[in-house]
Amino acid sequence: MAWLKKLVGAAVVVGCVGAVTGWVLSAPVTLDTQTLTQLAPGDAARGKRIFYAGGCTSCHAKPGSQGDARLRLVGGLELKTPFGTFVPPNISQDPNDGIGAWSVEDLANAMLKGVSPSGEHFYPAFPYASYARMKPSDIADLYAFLKTLPAVAGKAPGNSLAFPFNIRRGIGLWKRLYLGDQPVVALADSTPEAVMAGRYLVEGPGHCGECHTPRDFAGGTKKGEWLAGAVAAEGSGIVPNITSGKGGIGGWSEADIANYLETGFTPNFDSVGGAMVDVQRNMAELTAVDRAAIAAYLKAVPPHPNGYPARQKTAN
Amino acid sequence: MRKLVVAISMLAFAGSAAFADPILDRQALMKERGKIVGGLAKVAKGDEPFDAAAVLTQLQALQANAEKFDVDTLFPKGSDTGDTTAGPKIWEDMAGFKAVEDKYLADVKAAVAAAPADADALKAQVDTMGSDCGTCHQSYRIKKG
Repeated sequence: MAWLKKLVGAAVVVGCVGAVTGWVLSAPVTLDTQTLTQLAPGDAARGKRIFYAGGCTSCHAKPGSQGDARLRLVGGLELKTPFGTFVPPNISQDPNDGIGAWSVEDLANAMLKGVSPSGEHFYPAFPYASYARMKPSDIADLYAFLKTLPAVAGKAPGNSLAFPFNIRRGIGLWKRLYLGDQPVVALADSTPEAVMAGRYLVEGPGHCGECHTPRDFAGGTKKGEWLAGAVAAEGSGIVPNITSGKGGIGGWSEADIANYLETGFTPNFDSVGGAMVDVQRNMAELTAVDRAAIAAYLKAVPPHPNGYPARQKTAN
Repeated sequence: MRKLVVAISMLAFAGSAAFADPILDRQALMKERGKIVGGLAKVAKGDEPFDAAAVLTQLQALQANAEKFDVDTLFPKGSDTGDTTAGPKIWEDMAGFKAVEDKYLADVKAAVAAAPADADALKAQVDTMGSDCGTCHQSYRIKKG
């Protein structure tokens, strides 16, 4: 039976090495000091633009909020996904229930690295896989703007996720696959400035790809089908293809896209719907220059056919 | 007697056939609505010239369209399946659905009553209506491929 002992011994060693490796690889990684030094005191007025570009209020305000209530970031929306239900937390300035006690470094680590002040991973339902592409100075500006918003007491309920997704540490491995600060669409240096600016807004703070790009089995966005549309990860139905590929918005002009983001009307005499309604209300708060930049970028992204299956037409 | 029963049932059948497809009926009304609002939005934005009389005619057409939008007739139970993008929440929260539709109708009526005198006045009204479109489509429509 010596061979069996050896085999068991070897299995234990392999298991231990695997566990240690997994533990090391899954460790939360925070920002380096060089990045942290770029977090000079921010400007609240500039941060307001980042706040709306980033769509913070769409998930963190109480569902159905209108007007100034959208600035009360108490959390509580339920995002029902195949992984379970995610509940965006209170990010108001309440020092206990919200993030009023956070430093600018805390916010930067949360948004750029998906790590909480206590050193835990956040779930990527918080779209830091996109926010990771943001400039540290924009985080500092956003921090300054968030400081101007009200403190609202009350903790949102926690997430309810199925095994193995309820193990936060596992997200560290996910991050190794999907987290980075590099742009998705490579653009030549000679690319018009508006397209570059649009890329930053769409791929970074705007996090458009989080809903408009199909995901692989592990929940990472498929960069080869960037913005091709997807089966809705949350709720039901589909999220449209916003490339110029078949089924997409190739027929829309840049002016059409910018107008849609401003007014909610499509060139096909339809209106904005679903989760995009809140997004469009955020986009309406941006400047015409920013909306035009987003439009210019969307016309420049590689075209893809729809990233979701064709509709099954059922007989009445 | 038997003939009478047959005749009545034939009539009833013919009658129901004429209104057999609430899905097509409501889609036609929404298409018409979208066209009118889209046209007005162009004027409000300044892409097309403002003509007070023409705008008022269009607003009145919009009101007629909204008044034809009878929720009970157009969204009967069972019309949630088939070739439709109507969301299940319509039937789960019929009162909420009717409330957003009523608000829209009230906003259209107010626009007609105000008879906008310039593009800016029209723009404020179109913004309100557009917001109504979004509010309803946010909760009560499911985008499909």
